[in-house]
Amino acid sequence: MDPSPSLFSLMSFGHDGWGARFMDGLVVTVEVSLAAYAVSLVFGLLGAGAKLSPYKWLRSIADVYTTLVRALPELLLLLLVYYSGADAIKFLLSFLGDDYDDVEVDPFAAAVMALGFIGGAYMTEVMRGAIQSIPVGQIEAAKACGMSPLLRVRRIILPQMLRFALPGMSNLWLNATKDSSLISVLGSFQDILFMGYRAASTTKHYSFFYSMTAVSFLVITLVSMAGIRLLEARVNRGYK
Amino acid sequence: MDTTLKVEDLHKRFGEAEVLKGVSLSANTGDVIAMIGSSGSGKSTLLRCINLLEIPNSGRVYVNGELIRMKALPDGTSKPEDQKQVERIRSKLAMVFQSFNLWSHRTILENVIEAPVHVLGVPKKEAIERAEALLAKVGIADKRNFYPNHLSGGQQQRAAIARALAMEPSVLLFDEPTSALDPELVGEVLQVMRKLAEEGRTMLVVTHEMGFARDVANQIVFLHKGQIEEQGTPAEVIGHPKSERLKQFLSSTRH
Repeated sequence: MDPSPSLFSLMSFGHDGWGARFMDGLVVTVEVSLAAYAVSLVFGLLGAGAKLSPYKWLRSIADVYTTLVRALPELLLLLLVYYSGADAIKFLLSFLGDDYDDVEVDPFAAAVMALGFIGGAYMTEVMRGAIQSIPVGQIEAAKACGMSPLLRVRRIILPQMLRFALPGMSNLWLNATKDSSLISVLGSFQDILFMGYRAASTTKHYSFFYSMTAVSFLVITLVSMAGIRLLEARVNRGYK
Repeated sequence: MDTTLKVEDLHKRFGEAEVLKGVSLSANTGDVIAMIGSSGSGKSTLLRCINLLEIPNSGRVYVNGELIRMKALPDGTSKPEDQKQVERIRSKLAMVFQSFNLWSHRTILENVIEAPVHVLGVPKKEAIERAEALLAKVGIADKRNFYPNHLSGGQQQRAAIARALAMEPSVLLFDEPTSALDPELVGEVLQVMRKLAEEGRTMLVVTHEMGFARDVANQIVFLHKGQIEEQGTPAEVIGHPKSERLKQFLSSTRH
């Protein structure tokens, strides 16, 4: 096969090119990553709250969660949660009556929940550490002027936590963009890795298309890093 | 005169150590009470038990005649019966801390309006106007848009005093407000506190500044090992100490 000149036409946006399909894949990857990350923030907050709670049973649940998730390979977890999660939802819905028998769990939602559940375990530890780094005196000052626990969390603890958590959270975001590629094995998603695989196996230009896939991830990372820098400047205002 | 703050038979244990062994105290409106004593005498713990930053094992605290309702637990500790009541009473007992404890993610002005807006429900515009007046009063109006870490210790403590005043509290609690300051910055904070005393505010001040206690307070309480050893006007307590321990304490603080 004749390489160089035709390679660029392979990535063109025209009828024969893979450019448009790569863009579609990029969009899927970013969508899945963003949604999974949002879910992991929720799991992380709940997990950190549980780990720092005065109730032992809550702490135990959170410990089991973070231990299990961090012990198992992510691909295995994804397969487990994706398939058993969907079954579990169907099982729960069956109690509500026959009307729900035909409910199909949306693969996108299932994948996002699975990835978010995995990311949430790591997020739990990042947030727990960050909350514990907040100077106790600032929380006491909030108590002393009569703030309710919820108000303290919203106005003092979360904004303060963000400053300590942001480096770890940034890492987890970059991980989320990469972990999203795991969903290509589920077969229902045409994410960027899936597109790379399709293009490579169709055209037999393996090196070229896998390199293009790598470049796509690199672009996501570079854009993310620019955003992270802005965020870091914002949460660190007042400290420099 | 009205009793603004009354403390009855307060006990506090940390594990085996009994830090407060039955302390009673009362402050009428306009009283400035200085609490002195060596470190470990329980004076800071007493202050922190009043607004329940520490939960006393037993005893009663009344603010403006209202008892903070506590329930005893089987393990010898106690806990507030009604968290909402605690929050409401805390908002009337503003506290100034040794290490300022300004919220470092908010500007000075935002620090001062935070609790009035979110706890008391004061409209933001009104809170800002009042905050600006308070910052002018403590002499840092020009620092309103600075973050706490960009100010000197003395300025931070004055901002913390403005934050406390913004709550329009019944009692101001000061926990060693000048102990973390460089010596040359102590004066500016004491001057603000002196001004507040002259305005007739009710103040409870844990302090090592004997000059302040003598000149500004109308009552001095000397704590020793978790009990009030001696109590009276500055002339009585500093001028004519009765107990041997107070005499010792006073001679060790006079330079």
